[in-house]
Amino acid sequence: MNLDQEQPQEQTIEEIVASLGDTVGEARVDNPKMTCTGVDVFYADKQAIFGVDLDIGANEVLSMIGPSGCGKSTLLRCLNRMNDTIPICKVTGQLTLDGEDIYGKQTDPVLLRARVGMVFQKPNPFPKSIYENVAYGPRLHGLSRNKADLDDIVVTSLRKAGIYNEVKDRLDQPGTGLSGGQQQRLCIARTIACSPEVILMDEPCSALDPIATAKIEELIDELRENYSIAIVTHSMQQAARVSQRTAYFHLGKLVEVGDTDTIFTNPRHELTENYITGRFG
Amino acid sequence: MSNSEPTGSATERSTAMRNTSEIVKASVKKRYARETRFRLFGLIAILASLSFLAMLIITISIKGYPAFTQTFMQLEVILDADTLGLDENPDVSQLLKANYSGAIKKSLLQTFPDVKKRKDKKALYKLISKGGQYDLQKKVIAAPELIGQTMTVWLPVGDDVNSYMKGIVDVNLPEKKRRFKDNQIGWIESLKSDNRISQRFNRTFFERGDSREPEMAGIKGALFGTMLTLVVTLVLSFPIAVAAAVYLEEFAPRNRWTDLIEVNINNLAAVPSIVFGLLGLAVFINFFHLPRSAPLVGGLVLSLMTLPTIIISSRAALKSVPPSIRDAALGLGASKLQVVIHHVLPLAMPGILTGTIIGMAQALGETAPLLMIGMVAFIVDVPTAVTDPATVLPVQIFQWADLPEKGFVEKTSAAIMVLLAFLILMNAVAVYLRRKFERKW
Repeated sequence: MNLDQEQPQEQTIEEIVASLGDTVGEARVDNPKMTCTGVDVFYADKQAIFGVDLDIGANEVLSMIGPSGCGKSTLLRCLNRMNDTIPICKVTGQLTLDGEDIYGKQTDPVLLRARVGMVFQKPNPFPKSIYENVAYGPRLHGLSRNKADLDDIVVTSLRKAGIYNEVKDRLDQPGTGLSGGQQQRLCIARTIACSPEVILMDEPCSALDPIATAKIEELIDELRENYSIAIVTHSMQQAARVSQRTAYFHLGKLVEVGDTDTIFTNPRHELTENYITGRFG
Repeated sequence: MSNSEPTGSATERSTAMRNTSEIVKASVKKRYARETRFRLFGLIAILASLSFLAMLIITISIKGYPAFTQTFMQLEVILDADTLGLDENPDVSQLLKANYSGAIKKSLLQTFPDVKKRKDKKALYKLISKGGQYDLQKKVIAAPELIGQTMTVWLPVGDDVNSYMKGIVDVNLPEKKRRFKDNQIGWIESLKSDNRISQRFNRTFFERGDSREPEMAGIKGALFGTMLTLVVTLVLSFPIAVAAAVYLEEFAPRNRWTDLIEVNINNLAAVPSIVFGLLGLAVFINFFHLPRSAPLVGGLVLSLMTLPTIIISSRAALKSVPPSIRDAALGLGASKLQVVIHHVLPLAMPGILTGTIIGMAQALGETAPLLMIGMVAFIVDVPTAVTDPATVLPVQIFQWADLPEKGFVEKTSAAIMVLLAFLILMNAVAVYLRRKFERKW
């Protein structure tokens, strides 16, 4: 009975999304690395993303926030075509990397993923040695000319990921033997080793304790100098700490996007305000 | 509870609480009892299966153990050219055709000069195995200069003497009811007291192919036949099955066709093996005209049989590789094939090997389909190639179990022991490989 009262009228997702109106804020930036224009994503008949326009600027951290199931991870996975592995997933609209259409016939997903690296929610090192984990990408793409070159890439990547000092004595030991936070930084090192242009992070700290999280956030801040980063997070504090721009998603719709400071201090959309103040469940 | 004057609502609450804890306590007891009972059943099941296994191994060992010894008799054979039917300076082809059995018979008669009657002579000749002449032939060809001299040789005894020496013949039975007669016992006992009878390890069993004489029959032919057949099976079924499993699991689209293929593979695993034998007969022998009784055809038929088993278990192993590993490799820019070869296959390998060893063990013990393609023939020669006529261990066991001679009873059990040893060896290799591929998470 109570349930009936909470939902006085049956509304389809499409109707709710339509009622949300247009995206509030500045979806475009001056020097975009990646752009999304009118992106719709369908899982079979079900639409998961509704007409998203969004830019990821060069040397910028964009955080994507929103309640569970709002499509932020789905959009993130479109950016390096990881959704290709799901047969029922269909993407329409335009996504570009440096002005090139990602989903165009010319674009090779393998090449794209070498340029747009990804760090996943759960640390997923290969069950191989730490060295092999980092060396895998460069070896795959033939980025090193010889062994010394490869050693150099591995050490540099581990250094950049801020984990080198902790593992330098045990590079031949399995990466799966590290702690959760170390594993995640190893995964970041593995991604950096391919020298991508954009790094996508899907809730990289959700399985980590606050200390490991702080280390990763520090790392993200340093990485911004050389890479563009898009990060999906459930922690508003994290979004506020690491990102320059923030995008708020709701039910597959980009509700509001803008400077992180503006979003958190002066949100313009009611839903955004409800969410970041914790009034929204 | 010990409060002297509890308020009404508090009493109610504490009563309810006590009730809950009592109910839980009672049910906990029941739950533990159930658990104990369940564990007991498990233990009984394990003990039962262990005792069955022990029974099997003990009976087979007791029955098969005598087959590993063989009795030899020392004879002084006079190699005169007349008895052997040789000219002066005979060549090898003449030596091959010489009458060695005559020479052996003559020396037996010399050892026991009292034997005069035809019937007794026949009984005397039976002391030495018919295979003895071939042993003698080999020795003479190796040293032809001995012709004309007397040679002291140890020759294998006949089946009945073998049984008697192993204590299998019941001497207390009236003479008419046993094959080994009193006069034969007398001869053997006299030879024994002269130290001219010896029991040795039965090398013949491991060095020869099949024979109609139990004392000359060996397992080597069947063992080599089995090895060749299994090599063909493994070489064909492992790569095909793994490739099929990888394609179906990693690359094939999910649609009605792949569903149909999946159902068919699952059904093929349940098809009686003799049907595969008929298929092999119709296709490989009658249509492709491959040789009959050959390990090649046997291996082909057994591959058909083991394929579904390996495919099903390989698919399960591939499915169990965590998707996060695939994501990680794909996210680094590996192509689909690279993901499979670099990561998924090595991680699935232990499971694939387990399936393979189950399939190969099935193939090792299979008789019915091989009967259909002629691997049941009586084949004396040890096969050296996959197109040579051959038989396999289970078929050999089946054949020996059917023969009336006493000696074949122990040979049957001994062959079973060899089959089991082969199986254990195969499993050991698989366990070793599985350990090597296993990765800690």
